[in-house]
Amino acid sequence: MNAIPAPILMMENVTVDFDGFKALTDVSLNLTPGTLRILIGPNGAGKSTLCDTIIGRVRPTSGKIIFKDQVITNLPEQEIVRRGICRKFQTPGVLPTLTVFENLLVAGRKNRAWWRSFTTKTPAAETARAEEILAKIGLEDRRGVIAADLAHGEKQWLEIGMVVATDADLLLLDEPTAGMGPTDTQRTAQLILSLLGRHAVLVIDHDMSFVEALNGYVTVLHQGQILAEGTVAEIRADAQVTAVYLGRAEDAEPAHA
Amino acid sequence: MTFQKKHFFTAAAILFGAVAPLIINPYELSLLGRFLALSILAMGIMLTWGEAGILSLGQGVFFGLGGYALAMHLKLEGLNLANGDMPDFMVWSGVSALPGFWYPFANPYFSLACVVIVPGAFAAAFSWLVFRRRVGGVYFALITQALALAFSTLLISQQAYTGGFNGLTDYSTMFGIDITTEGAARYIYWITFLFVVAVYFFLRWLLSSRYGVMLRATRDGENRVRFLGHDPVPYKVVAFGIAGTLAGIGGALFTLHAGVVSPALVGVVPSIEMVVWVAVGGRNILWGAIAGTLLVNFAKDQISSAFPSLWLYGLGALFILAVSFLPAGIAGLFAPGTAQERVMRRFLQRRKLSTAE
Repeated sequence: MNAIPAPILMMENVTVDFDGFKALTDVSLNLTPGTLRILIGPNGAGKSTLCDTIIGRVRPTSGKIIFKDQVITNLPEQEIVRRGICRKFQTPGVLPTLTVFENLLVAGRKNRAWWRSFTTKTPAAETARAEEILAKIGLEDRRGVIAADLAHGEKQWLEIGMVVATDADLLLLDEPTAGMGPTDTQRTAQLILSLLGRHAVLVIDHDMSFVEALNGYVTVLHQGQILAEGTVAEIRADAQVTAVYLGRAEDAEPAHA
Repeated sequence: MTFQKKHFFTAAAILFGAVAPLIINPYELSLLGRFLALSILAMGIMLTWGEAGILSLGQGVFFGLGGYALAMHLKLEGLNLANGDMPDFMVWSGVSALPGFWYPFANPYFSLACVVIVPGAFAAAFSWLVFRRRVGGVYFALITQALALAFSTLLISQQAYTGGFNGLTDYSTMFGIDITTEGAARYIYWITFLFVVAVYFFLRWLLSSRYGVMLRATRDGENRVRFLGHDPVPYKVVAFGIAGTLAGIGGALFTLHAGVVSPALVGVVPSIEMVVWVAVGGRNILWGAIAGTLLVNFAKDQISSAFPSLWLYGLGALFILAVSFLPAGIAGLFAPGTAQERVMRRFLQRRKLSTAE
């Protein structure tokens, strides 16, 4: 059976226009369930805008976004999350005064109706799932620590854990290794690879060693347009990509980051 | 503070509060009763400002709604409305007949229901309108301050309906009981104290519930919470509504103790004072809100009777000191985990080391 599974997310000719500045121009992108996609591109290429558009933080000027066969282009943010897309932000977005475990429980709440929160009991299934994720992100011995007191890398892992805890089918990870050393970067790559199958993952990153460790299918964004797609090896060999991104990114890129 | 120690202090405070009428003199008791009524409002500020991160500079409005709702009944009690009787200030203002909206307040139960429902419902509806538009922070604080100004101006300008600048005062009975006697003062104190204890335990439960965690999560990162699929608005509206209700209850009890409610108690300056109590006491610790209210108000009583013109400067200085040196308030010195407690502990350790050398 070689049938390609139906895409979980389809972006169709999405354009985002910020008062005349086109952050995205006619971008079309299909993501397959349970698989990894890596989005790279120089600063200001529109990578974060693309994520913002999927989760409803930015509304496309034209084009549409289809998730699990339903148009989600103009849904409220929390509704898009409830449909199964969750995002990790570029700067760690953990909840600083809550403990590591509380962070995971907030993210992992199954019934998100506010009037169901007037109880001191946490459903056993949610506690068990949070424990499982705690082990997965390697923070078991930090469970009672206030998130503000975590090291930078630990915050990144915690936020990945929170995104996973929502049980979303599509995870958007915006620069999950920003500010990490090589050891932590490799650990993060392993963590992300372990999520595949259950979740489709879209990773944005700059760091080529990280992209190589992930070794997934790559989409290159440049000035709001898709420049190339292919495996890491193919992208490395692409002369155009080398010119705008790997080679002289600073020269090729006007300062509109 | 260890677990048992904490329980010991709670029990001691409750015991003292309960027997206070038997051991302190009537004047002190009347002050303590008033300030405890105010501390109910302060616990509401702790909830919205400390735990939800919503700074309101207009809690005086909700305090006033509760106070006036009760005072309107007290002004009508004993009057023969069918006979065309009216509260004294209306007669002086030349009003010909009791205004329609005053009538239902002749019923004490209607009035008591209003004390709880009106401030809470108004606070919830108002905050929902604002938070829904994703307005918050400083802008919210400014809107509430404007609300306090508008409310006190309205009360003053509508002399014939509200008693104007003098407010509503000079009442003597409730449910037909004389409330001006020393014995009645004691019972009013006990009722107030009972409310303080009940509210304290209710809020402790609320803050330990999942709701409390969600509220702190919303304060920490409203966007993060939204992008985890939660709607942050209802959590904030519930907190602000509860704070409004508590302010209303505090206002009604204060009115019973003080025998007066007037615009001078509900405007901009008193609303800011309320925030100062909580800032001084500790906005993230429930007992801090109570302690701060009692401390600042007893200080105000002492200082303003000795040097009346100095009090406002003292209040300003107190606020600056609390914000710059004690961001977690006085209670923060004793609560584990706050920055101040760490500083305090380090300081004590260093002293121990230096004396050992």
